[in-house]
Amino acid sequence: MHTAAQVANRSLGSRIWERVKKGWYTFSKNPLSIVGGFIVVVVFLLAVLAPYVSPYPEHAGNFVDFETASAPPSRAHLFGTDVFGRDILTRVFFGFRLSLIMGVVVIGLTAPVGVTLGLIAGYKKNTWIETLIMRITDIFVAVPPLILALSVAAILKPNIFNSMMAVSLMWWPWYCRMVYGIASSLKNEFYIQSAEVTGASTAHILFREIFPNCYGPIFTKVSLDMGWVILLASALSFVGLGAQPPTPDLGTMVADGGKYMPDQWWIAVFPAIAIMFVVFGFNILGDGIRDMLEVEKT
Amino acid sequence: MRLLDIKNLEVGFDVYGGYLRVLNGVDFSMDEGEKVGLVGETGCGKTTTAKSVLNILPVPPARTTGGSIMFKGDDILTMKKNEIRRVHAQEISMIFQDPTAALNPVFTIGDQLMTAIRYSCFDEDLSRREVRDRAVQALREVRLPDAERILKNYPVQLSGGMRQRICIAMALATRSTLLIADEPTTSLDVTIQDQVLRLLGTLIREKDTSAILITHSLGLVREWTERVYVMYAGVMVETAGTQELFENPLHPYTQGLMAAVPKLTGEGIAPGIEGRIPDYLNPPTGCRFHPRCPHVMDVCRKEKPSQFDCGEGHKTACFLYRE
Amino acid sequence: MRILKYILKRVLHSILVLLGLSILVFIIARVVPGDPARMALGPRAPEKVVEKFREDLHLNDPVYVQYYHWIKGAIRGDFGYSILTKRSVTLDIKDFFPATLELMLLTGLIMSVFGILLGIASARNANKWLDNVVRVFSYLGVCTPAYVFAILFLLIFGYVLNILPTIGRLSTWIDYPRTVTGLMTIDSLIAGDFPAFWDALKHLIMPSLALALGPMAQEARITRSSMADNLQRDFIALERTQAIPERKIMSKYLLRISIIPTVSVLGLDFASQLGWAFLVELIFNWPGLSRYGIQVILNKDLNGIIAVIMVIGLMFLVVNVIVDIVVSLLDPRIRLGAERSV
Repeated sequence: MHTAAQVANRSLGSRIWERVKKGWYTFSKNPLSIVGGFIVVVVFLLAVLAPYVSPYPEHAGNFVDFETASAPPSRAHLFGTDVFGRDILTRVFFGFRLSLIMGVVVIGLTAPVGVTLGLIAGYKKNTWIETLIMRITDIFVAVPPLILALSVAAILKPNIFNSMMAVSLMWWPWYCRMVYGIASSLKNEFYIQSAEVTGASTAHILFREIFPNCYGPIFTKVSLDMGWVILLASALSFVGLGAQPPTPDLGTMVADGGKYMPDQWWIAVFPAIAIMFVVFGFNILGDGIRDMLEVEKT
Repeated sequence: MRLLDIKNLEVGFDVYGGYLRVLNGVDFSMDEGEKVGLVGETGCGKTTTAKSVLNILPVPPARTTGGSIMFKGDDILTMKKNEIRRVHAQEISMIFQDPTAALNPVFTIGDQLMTAIRYSCFDEDLSRREVRDRAVQALREVRLPDAERILKNYPVQLSGGMRQRICIAMALATRSTLLIADEPTTSLDVTIQDQVLRLLGTLIREKDTSAILITHSLGLVREWTERVYVMYAGVMVETAGTQELFENPLHPYTQGLMAAVPKLTGEGIAPGIEGRIPDYLNPPTGCRFHPRCPHVMDVCRKEKPSQFDCGEGHKTACFLYRE
Repeated sequence: MRILKYILKRVLHSILVLLGLSILVFIIARVVPGDPARMALGPRAPEKVVEKFREDLHLNDPVYVQYYHWIKGAIRGDFGYSILTKRSVTLDIKDFFPATLELMLLTGLIMSVFGILLGIASARNANKWLDNVVRVFSYLGVCTPAYVFAILFLLIFGYVLNILPTIGRLSTWIDYPRTVTGLMTIDSLIAGDFPAFWDALKHLIMPSLALALGPMAQEARITRSSMADNLQRDFIALERTQAIPERKIMSKYLLRISIIPTVSVLGLDFASQLGWAFLVELIFNWPGLSRYGIQVILNKDLNGIIAVIMVIGLMFLVVNVIVDIVVSLLDPRIRLGAERSV
């Protein structure tokens, strides 16, 4: 049993460790979340170590061998080969690379921008700033996300960078909205008002007072978003707006493989399963994080 | 025959970490017409007991592992569905702690009240008009003005006090022999609490309903009940007539409770009871209060005390009073 | 009349938003390098013709002038000239919209009705095999893009089993029914032409299902957890103590409050499916607005792009307003809000 004084005297380090331990305990109680975390780690490792763990790393680039082309799954090629003779398993690993990079870049760009705008808009409620920011987000969310991304990506030249830009463009409003909700509900809390009264700068209030309340939802959203961004990016590359050949991209592979259905089914099916696999992992992980944070609240 | 006679009731909950043995042999009895209080701190099992009597415990994860609940001579735990239904309709009613949670937010008051009346009077075959009249009458009885308008309202349009009155109306309009009120005023505004309690007390007296008032407030119990049960960690530790209990508390826990009430005579900070309520996953052996008891003896750690008779309906589950 | 005021407010707001959207897309579109006139007329057209073309389409004018011309036309319903189909965009939209409408109507129906039913069944059989199947299904459905379902269905039902047609809305040997609504299925029913109806349905079911499966799984999951949550609430316990039969509690009192979160999500889910429709229509060669949309996008037909985005935006708006109205009808807490202090 600890008294209040004893608890306060513990060092910051050990307190953080306690929280991590407690968080891990709650998290690990749900077997599904562990699976999700495991999947994410596996995909991450495969992506990072792709050149070292894939059986035929040279197949990720320009490679042609018509002798082994369109071969069904076998011991030599676990996922079979495509029409150029490239090993699909290898290309899936490299495809993971692209997907993860996409996810990280897009979220890395959109989250800070969206969160900051959301904080400002929520805090400065009932001013022109809020109206301006929120109306702009309204415009971006008025169309289904995919459509805007497709349009922007198509208008620019089709390559990886541009498709990342396109997805980012329609992604940031969601962070903004979420944080706006939290910020505007906290605006009238006493600790905010007392910070104002003691002359704290707006930046301080936004980032040191309000923002810490958003850690949880943002963390959850980031984890779930990784899956969605990968899904969206695969849609873009499905219509040819993403990575250009010969770069291996999961969406492109599904599109290409679609032509050879149903006979050479493996060309499309394995990349499709890979997409589902990765999205599934992030989804479950995100759910688990959300559940864990909810439990902590109670 | 006693109205309600609970003997040795054992109820627990299957949770992820194990089994919570909440009720550890509860004994409780009352006669028709009595107004009994059930006091205890939060988490001691009062609501679980009430819900057991009404047979509305969520059956997984709850499990009843022993004991009996005799209501008018029949064991509720072994009743068939239609018998329980009759008991619900015409014998026992409950008022929940939070009226906001107890009313379905997407249906009108009228819908909920009239449905309750219709099903409790299922043997009377009332017409819609008659049900409506009874509903209006019930609302009038709880001193709610403009009953017609309230029937059309949704819970969100009413204040907390009004909602609780409606719950009271629902409980009383449905012909009950026994009313169980689970902390009926705890979630209300302090200014409304007295009003609502007064109303409840008056109505109970008028209709001569038997009642169990569950509360953690000793003051309420003193004012409104004739007999009191004190509960701790899933066991009834003491019972006596209200006056007798306050004048002569026997169980160390009861004594601690009495002492913990700050007095207006300003004798300084009231002493609390050392320790905390036990962990139901791993409850203490023997008497569940022994870790906190200032008079703990060896036997308390090993055996569970039964309720020892101390004369005039005063019983207490403490080895200090074994003879 | 509260509802009317609410609708009016929403419509006004959305018109402003759509306007802003048009400006945004316009700006992005005009940023692109390339010569739309040359692309439209081909490399062999004489320069004089191309120049006249540019003048007619105001392509040489500054951006705001171009926008002004566009707005003028748009208000009258004229969305300009499509470089791709070489005719009025408005005509294109008129032609292709009904197909997408039919597709999305069925998709929406399946998503909502079957999603909710599945969720209810799942909650009733909590933790039994049906519930677990639905749970796995919902996880998979949420992480599978619609185009994967589309390809899968095409493969299984179209090619392997060969029981469903894979292209278009109607088989070539069936006559088109007289156009009343533009919805093939309804029109053929109106005309009493059952073979046509059946054929139209067979064409409709795969793309619809491909789009609906993902969100359906999501709706089921939300409904199920909402029901499971609400079952623990005090008002359900109270209704039990009032001897209300369990059936009535489930089908009336539990149901209405449990589907509220589901319906709220329906709007967003429907919107995202409007996006995926672009790919699904492509795969099934469904002659709808979305397929037209992806084609104009890939061909950089700016008038077409803007028009499609406007129409889709409008569809989205209408759906959202409907969803909001339904939710506020279901949930008095939302429509009555804080009439009294709680």
